[in-house]
Amino acid sequence: MAQATFRIWRGDQNGGAFRDYTAEVGEGMVVLDCIHQIQATQAPDLACRWNCKAGKCGSCSAEINGRPRLMCMTRLDDRRFIDLREPIIVEPMRTFPHIKDLVTDVSWNYKVNRMIPKFQPRKPDAADGTWRMSQAEVDRIQEFRKCIECFLCQDTCHVLRDHRMMGDTVDGELRELFGGPRFMIRVASLEMHPLDIGDRLQLLKDTLNIGLCNITKCCTEVCPEHIHITDNGIIPLKERVVDRFYDPLMWLWHRIFGDRASRESAQNRTPLPVVSS
Amino acid sequence: MDYETHEHDVLVIGAGGAGLRAAIEASAAGVSVGLVCKSLLGKAHTVMAEGGIAAALANVDRRDSWQVHFADTMRGGQYVNNWRMAQIHAQEAPDRVRELEAWGAVFDRTPDGRILQRNFGGHKFPRLAHVGDRTGLEMIRTLQDHGIHLGMSVYMECTIIRLLKDGDRVSGAFGYWRDRGRFVVFQAKAVVLATGGIGKAYKITSNSWEYTGDGHSLAYHAGAELIDMEFVQFHPTGMVWPPSVRGILVTEGVRGEGGCLRNSEGKRFMFDEIPESYKAQTADNEEEGFLYVLAEKYQGRDARRPPELLTRDHVARCIVREVKQGRGSPHGGVFLELDSFARWMKGRNPSFNAAEHWKKKLPSMYHQFKELGNVDITRQPMEVGPTTHYVMGGVRVDADTQMSCVPGLFACGECAAGINGANRLGGNSLSDLLVLGKRAGEFAAKYAKEHSAGQVHADQVEEAARWALSFIDEPQGDENPYKVQADLQETMQDLVGIVRREDEMLRALDIIGQLWERARKARAPINREYNPGWHTCMDLYNLLTVAEAITRSALERKESRGGQFRDDYPHKDTPRFGKVNGVVWKGPDGRMQFRWEPIPEMPAELKEIIREQNQGKLPEELM
Ligand SMILES: Cc1cc2nc3c(=O)[nH]c(=O)nc-3n(C[C@H](O)[C@H](O)[C@H](O)COP(=O)(O)OP(=O)(O)OC[C@H]3O[C@@H](n4cnc5c(N)ncnc54)[C@H](O)[C@@H]3O)c2cc1C
Ligand code: SF4
Ligand code: SF4
Ligand code: FES
Repeated sequence: MAQATFRIWRGDQNGGAFRDYTAEVGEGMVVLDCIHQIQATQAPDLACRWNCKAGKCGSCSAEINGRPRLMCMTRLDDRRFIDLREPIIVEPMRTFPHIKDLVTDVSWNYKVNRMIPKFQPRKPDAADGTWRMSQAEVDRIQEFRKCIECFLCQDTCHVLRDHRMMGDTVDGELRELFGGPRFMIRVASLEMHPLDIGDRLQLLKDTLNIGLCNITKCCTEVCPEHIHITDNGIIPLKERVVDRFYDPLMWLWHRIFGDRASRESAQNRTPLPVVSS
Repeated sequence: MDYETHEHDVLVIGAGGAGLRAAIEASAAGVSVGLVCKSLLGKAHTVMAEGGIAAALANVDRRDSWQVHFADTMRGGQYVNNWRMAQIHAQEAPDRVRELEAWGAVFDRTPDGRILQRNFGGHKFPRLAHVGDRTGLEMIRTLQDHGIHLGMSVYMECTIIRLLKDGDRVSGAFGYWRDRGRFVVFQAKAVVLATGGIGKAYKITSNSWEYTGDGHSLAYHAGAELIDMEFVQFHPTGMVWPPSVRGILVTEGVRGEGGCLRNSEGKRFMFDEIPESYKAQTADNEEEGFLYVLAEKYQGRDARRPPELLTRDHVARCIVREVKQGRGSPHGGVFLELDSFARWMKGRNPSFNAAEHWKKKLPSMYHQFKELGNVDITRQPMEVGPTTHYVMGGVRVDADTQMSCVPGLFACGECAAGINGANRLGGNSLSDLLVLGKRAGEFAAKYAKEHSAGQVHADQVEEAARWALSFIDEPQGDENPYKVQADLQETMQDLVGIVRREDEMLRALDIIGQLWERARKARAPINREYNPGWHTCMDLYNLLTVAEAITRSALERKESRGGQFRDDYPHKDTPRFGKVNGVVWKGPDGRMQFRWEPIPEMPAELKEIIREQNQGKLPEELM
């Protein structure tokens, strides 16, 4: 069995430092296995989050050799990220306030989520209170709904990481809020929901400040669910915002009829034809 | 003693599907609700569920109905289920699923635009509403995003370690915050337990660190009863290789979509032993099984299901047999392959694209094997073996209201018992969470409206806090809690696992006794902040409680039925054990007690339903 050195961030809000641990590396092992091994044998109070150990819950996010990754899905024989001859550096997500060791305070994300008005379905299509949607219609948002809320995209996005646009005060100065890629695709999953008649474009523009995204696509690169956050989510949303607020005709329409008109027109829209195979 | 206090009408402990659904219902009833969970919101076990939610929507097969679902559930549970719960569950599941759609869930669709349903073991018709193989994620996110707008207070990363009582009734709960290790008291008129399962009592499991049987143990120590604890479900297909992923689930959906189990000789061994009670519904050749997957006809009648879709207890035992008799795969499992079905499909339709088909039908399985096992399931066989998955046993509650024998204490979801009997059918858990979770929330709110708050007694709080701190404060003791936990897991795996024997279980009881001693001496570094070592010390108390309950109940049931297989009593003994549930409770001297409790007679109309679904046989004849 090979050995590897893990250089793990230990500490809390009062500060911390990297500490080295040695772990036995067996076939197929992932970073999280070694963290558990170190916990069980050398550092019982080493803090980390995990649940499913299968890339399904989004708990075990960390930065491994500088890359935002799920610890349970990062194999030690993955040469793209890991060279066992060198210490493997494991540190918490740096964008969020630190709690202890590998654990950060991600509660800000839950606050942003609460700002998004919930799903508002159109009237049911059938007398029994149900709806009809084709698979083709739902494919698009099923991609967004794969999100496991690991917040790695939030961790990566420079608007949050470097510019700290989290709607609070940094060094005595109030920063704007940017919802971040996770919540852009959450809004996309509602806005593009075939049944939803809510309208969240104003929210996107003025509250979640979609304009602050400059489409660097770093978020898409780190998403463990391979969601095309920018191409399929943020860019189409940006287009909708532009159409609504900057297209003179649409602007006039909304001035005259208001948002309700567009909601009603959506409600009266005949459902898309149902494909049969 | 330093602690903060919160007051609510209803306190829900656990934020998986059951807890969230209960909290939604209670909030909708206008009472104040607190929702507590050990992990972050949205990370509960429910998020991992893959295959689907069972509900007789009859979207894919018009012949499905609540009656058929009820009969299937009872047969799967080998007739020791609480029939009233099984009835309510089958009747209300379709509404609960449609409600999810109204709250924004996006299920896969049928060609005519309705919710698609898939085949699963033990279900007569395609019945599982699903989203690829990530149904649990869809469900929990939908409930979470709906719930957070209803005004409930959510306490994340907060662990409850004691229920507080005022006389006979429950009056609140005591716990600690993970991050700072500070204590917290919740005063509540009604408490709903929705803490999930016990898988961490075993070494090989599909369950996460959270599954330490907290709700079972909290209820037991507060005076409630546990039933059916001998019935633990070993899912037939967990990953077996590499070692670090051993136990991680391979969804039954793989078999539902045409996956075949083979031994090292390439034989489809599931055809070898089909139980009498399932013969009439099981295919006896490959062609028919494949046609069933496509819901097509075979020789003019409906194709019958492939034997891979027999109930989980049976499939798991067949796999154990193959491995024991030397026909296993290289790493001690058997093979599960998709290639036979794909080749057969290609024979019917030359343009069938296997790689694309499987990636669409089983995306997260594809991902899981690719990234964790270096296996491309669209081309290579998987290696699978049984893994501890689910506990049928749990808190004994009333079928209609979900209240336990402790006034004001409710339980729902996996930590409650009754609906599944001796074996749970796949997909019946997610529907159970919705149906009975809703009822628990509804009746907890009703209870809270009808009763004033009980008292929180300081001595109980002090005692619990002293106990918690003993693991970091007191100098005497040097046990490593992780080691004690690992030893317990090893014991349960080897001695109270899939195949059980009296002598081995007696040995297990002995060892559990010693582990109780060692658990008292477990110590963690003096540090209350986010200290998993300390938390593990406290978890041991719950794990040992459930391990003891499982072992004692399994010893008493001297027969094989569903999740319990006894090597020394390999057959069912219906006259002695077919109409009873084993009950465990804490005696006045603090020791675990056991008794048998007769199952009430099933009403004639339910018997009639079972007769109709089983070629004229009554439950008595089927047991
Ligand atoms: C991999 C996998 C796949 C599955 N697939 C399916 C499927 O396809 N269909 C199906 O029907 N079933 C499936 N199951 C079973 C099903 O997912 C579970 O039985 C179900 O999700 C349990 O839900 P629950 O609400 O009871 O508990 P959980 O979802 O586990 O939630 C438990 C909650 O309780 C909290 N908690 C526990 N202890 C405490 C405490 N002491 N203090 C505070 N909070 C606490 C936890 O933090 C968590 O929030 C699957 C299970 C697994 C493991
Ligand atoms: S594309 Fe936009 S959201 Fe994504 S990382 Fe770049 S700036 Fe952030
Ligand atoms: S979008 Fe991807 S990276 Fe972002 S939180 Fe969701 S799963 Fe994680
Ligand atoms: S532990 Fe669930 S994603 Fe890693």
